[in-house]
Amino acid sequence: MTAKVAVGAHYGLRDWLSQRITAVVITLYTALLIALFVWHGGVDYAGWRAAFDTGPFLVATFLFLVAVYYHAWVGVRNILMDYVKPTGVRLFLQAVVICLLVGYTGWAIQILWGPR
Amino acid sequence: MASVPRPVDKPRPVYLNLLAIRQPVPAVVSILHRASGAALFLFGLPLALWTLQASLGSPEGYQRVAAFFGQPLVKLVLIGLVWAYLHHLIAGVRHLLADVHIGLTLASARQSAAVTLVLGILLTLAIAVKLW
Repeated sequence: MTAKVAVGAHYGLRDWLSQRITAVVITLYTALLIALFVWHGGVDYAGWRAAFDTGPFLVATFLFLVAVYYHAWVGVRNILMDYVKPTGVRLFLQAVVICLLVGYTGWAIQILWGPR
Repeated sequence: MASVPRPVDKPRPVYLNLLAIRQPVPAVVSILHRASGAALFLFGLPLALWTLQASLGSPEGYQRVAAFFGQPLVKLVLIGLVWAYLHHLIAGVRHLLADVHIGLTLASARQSAAVTLVLGILLTLAIAVKLW
């Protein structure tokens, strides 16, 4: 029986699927941004600010960022599993990445819905 | 009994030196997919969040961000990150197509890898020209 490693991959299929679903969300939002940019023929402060005062756009942006965070977690963890062999170091780095991404989530909420 | 000469008399095992091997295009696209993803996580993500925060606060903040990205060195870094985003995105779409069994033969996989590499660079160049 293979030894179980606490910081190894557990759910290959779930990771594979979530990486693809988040990728599609990221691609769609990127297309939306490009379309808006082209539609308005560029961007200035008024238009930029107006976009981020619109509820649905804020939700779409938040959805995009959360998709990026989850996508980054799966990808970065794969990199760490490939190159960082000592279990303790890997656990530490994975914890750092999780803290960073959870922190980024809070930061995103603050940026999108906090006082400006 | 006389020993039979082996048909291939090479010293085994052979240790492969990754740096000495000429990588096929799909391998290059693959490692750049990983490298660009790492760069986007380490630098692109915090930069994007900072940009969003600083630019939304006030017209002055927006101007400050615009001025920051106007510096030649920052522009260069930005163009690097734009390439990382585009390459990662196109290589990702290539993966999604492979998932639905498009481009699985060796020839078409090599072709789509070359398209990924070239398209990423061309689009980045187009944006770089626009930025400069």
